[in-house]
This record gives sequence, structure tokens and C-alpha cells, in this order.
Amino acid sequence: MTADGQSVLIEIAGLTKRFGSFTAVDTVSFNVARGEVLGFLGPNGAGKSTTMRMLAGFMIPTAGRARICGHDVQADGVAARRVLGFLPEGAPTYPEMTVTGFLHFCGKVRGYSGRDLARRVERAVELTRLQGVLLQPVETLSKGFKRRVGLAQALLHDPPVLVLDEPTDGLDPNQKHEVRTLIAQMAPEKAIVISTHILEEVDAVCTRAIIIAAGRVVADATPADLQRRHPSGKLDDVFRQLTMQAA
Amino acid sequence: MRNILIVAGRELGAYFATPVASVFIVIFLVLQGALTFNLGGFFDRGQADLNPFFTFIPWVFLLLVPAITMRLWAEERRLGTIELLLTLPITQAQAVLGKFLAAWAFCAIALLLTFPFVITVNLLGRPDNGVIASGYVGSLLVAGAFLSVGSALSALTKNQVIAFVLAVAVCFIFAVASYPVVTDFLSRNTPVLADIARRIAVIDRFQDFTRGVVSLRDVIFFITFIGFWLFLNTVLVDQRKAD
Repeated sequence: MTADGQSVLIEIAGLTKRFGSFTAVDTVSFNVARGEVLGFLGPNGAGKSTTMRMLAGFMIPTAGRARICGHDVQADGVAARRVLGFLPEGAPTYPEMTVTGFLHFCGKVRGYSGRDLARRVERAVELTRLQGVLLQPVETLSKGFKRRVGLAQALLHDPPVLVLDEPTDGLDPNQKHEVRTLIAQMAPEKAIVISTHILEEVDAVCTRAIIIAAGRVVADATPADLQRRHPSGKLDDVFRQLTMQAA
Repeated sequence: MRNILIVAGRELGAYFATPVASVFIVIFLVLQGALTFNLGGFFDRGQADLNPFFTFIPWVFLLLVPAITMRLWAEERRLGTIELLLTLPITQAQAVLGKFLAAWAFCAIALLLTFPFVITVNLLGRPDNGVIASGYVGSLLVAGAFLSVGSALSALTKNQVIAFVLAVAVCFIFAVASYPVVTDFLSRNTPVLADIARRIAVIDRFQDFTRGVVSLRDVIFFITFIGFWLFLNTVLVDQRKAD
């Protein structure tokens, strides 16, 4: 529990990843509580995706630990992944599967069957507006639709924790707006981490922003606080100032 | 178990959703037929058995089984879907077993479609169908052994061609391990290895089945062989998944 009584759903402590002599993520620590939408910012190659992969239990950290709803992502991985909705970088999906086939597969792996499964797939499809393409193989879809299929898969089990790596990448402005609205709607009862390098997105949906550069956390504050750190009051300038210093 | 079957179901569906299934089955049947009837002299022998059929089947598998397994992990890694698969609430062992079972079931389907051989030989004479049945059991086990090798090696690389070539090469070693050219060479230099080579030879073990002998030792050999490679597969997936 944090000071203001919210429950912490994501705990990251001293997370480090080294590839040979290169340190991609350097002792990153932060917590995310229910109701928070954390914007994870940083230039390309700063370690955003690596951190998210370690949080999702996909990549084994060199040091440090991550917990989701109290479950250690390495020691108790299956339990941690059960309460996690994860959109990997680039929203990978099986190209030969139809949208509905893919979502049913994900639902079945998550333990649903019969009417419950159908209802959950239907709900995820509604949330991400995939109704028109259900029977199309994923490989025939546009980039925006593929991203939404990945998003639907992450929302299928209505998880308390969502980790979305660039959820709006490749979407047109209307679709971006829809996804942001969706995230804002879900925010009160979930802990959400989204990575992005679109700074307007942080203003639009995030309650808090972390900027990382060269693997280190260089800022952790609300978007409004961040804006005050530069005379111009623009996030762009704050971002540039913080990340250029670190690099 | 449920998770293994769900993964297997998806994987098997993927074979049939792409031309892989039809191309493989057609080529397998044509190749197997041509070898049995022409090279094997199926009719000229004047005997009601499937010996020519079973003589060639390990060699056809040696060439075609790696084509089934090369995509299992290499493609997941190239497309990035491995990140999706392994962040679902399943263990890596379940994913490995599921994929292997799908490939094995696919081989079983291809083998089942060779039933016209059985019908032909039964129409032409009175074969010992028990021997034929044990030959099929042996064929399925050889397929399983090659599949487990191919699946493990597929986890080594993102490149399907490399996965294919590696699998053919390693399966070939296990196929010919008991051949005189190998064992003579080994017994002259390292006699210990010659003995090991004879014991791990897949085709040697298979020949017992084609004579109608299903021995517990051979079955245990195949189960151990497959188990070892699938264990290696799980370790390799764990090591290489995020590279």
C-alpha cells in the first residue's frame, strides 16, 4: 500500500539488464499503483522495451526483481502472467490465424471455455473495434488493425495490470484517440504502463511519467511537474533536456 | 495438459492454414511411393510384405521431418510471436511439448495416408499384418526422434534454412551411427565411442520394428531420446528466446 492507500500492483526493484559489457537497463526501480497510468518515455534504445520485457517475465534480468500483484515474474511466472495483459513491441500476432481464431486461442490458454470464452472475445473485440475483420487472417490486416488485435489480446482477461509497449504506434489520429479514451476508461481499476515517444500522449492519458535515458531513470513525476522543469513549459523541451544530458 | 493441447491445436492448425501441410503430404506420399515401387521393387519381389516401404521411410523422414520442425521456434523468434506465446500463462515446457505433439500428430496423419500400401499388399497376398503394424509403430517413433532433434535445433536460430540444414545433419548422424563406415572408424580409434554409436543408432532400433519385434528396450530408447531432445529444446528456448 502506498501512503495514500492505493494498492501497489507493479513493483520493480533494481532491475538491471546487461548484454555483454553493454548495460541496457541500469538499476531501474519504481512502483505502479492501481489507478495510475504510467507513461514510460525515452529515446529509442533507452531501455524501454527491455524493461517491459523483464517486467513481463520474458527476459531474465541480470539483477533486480519485478513483481506483479505480489507474484515474482521469474519465480512465480505463470501466476504473474495470469494477471498481466501484455502488448509486446510491434504487436506480434500469428500471421496465418484469423482474428477470431487468434483471440480464441489466447482466451483458451487463459483458461476460458464455452460461453465465457465467447463473451470475453466479444467484449475485447468491441473495445478495440475489430468487428469488421473477425474472419480475416491477421497477415491481411493493416498496421493499425494488427496493433488493435494485439491490444484485444492484452485486454481479453480484463487483467488488473496492463503493460503496453507503444500501443498507439501505427494508428491514425482517430484510432489513437480511441485507444487513449479506452485507456482512460480502464485506468481507475488498473495499473497501466504504456511506453511511447509521443509526448502529447503523456499529457492526454498519463497520471505519471518516467523518463529513462541510457538505461537509467532520469525523471519520475506527474506530467504537470515535468513541464515546470523547463522555462518554456513544454514536455518536448523537458524531454530533450533530460535525455541529452544523460546521453 | 490442457495448455499443452491448446498450444498443439493452434500449431497443428497453422500447418493446415498454410500450404505446408498439403505440400508436405503430397511430396511425402509421392516420394515414398516412388521409392517403394521402383527402387524397392515392391512387385518384382513377389512377397506380400511392406519391407521395401519400411526400408525407405527413415530416409524420407530424414529429409522431410526437418522441413516440419524448422519453423517451430525459428519462425516464432523471427516474427516476435515468441514474446507473445511465452508471456501467456503457460510454462516453456508446455509450449515445447505442445509444439512437438502438433508436429508428431502431423507426421501421424501423413503416415495414416499411406494406408493404400497396406490395402494393396492385402489384396495381392496374405501379409503378416502384425509385422506391418509394428513397422508403423517404429516409423512413428523414428519420426518422433527426428522431430525432437529438429524442434530443439529450431530454437537455436531465427533462420529456418539454418534450422533445416542443422536438423538434417544431426538426424543423419543418428541415422548412420551404426553403419560399418562409422563404427569401423570409431572402433579403430576410440572403441568406447563405437559401442555408444551402435546404441544410439536410430535406424538400427527401427529395424527391429520392421521385423515385427516391438521390444521394451527399443521403446524406452526412443522415449529417452525424445525426452532428452525436448529437455534440450526447453533449455535452448529459455536461453535464446530474447536474443
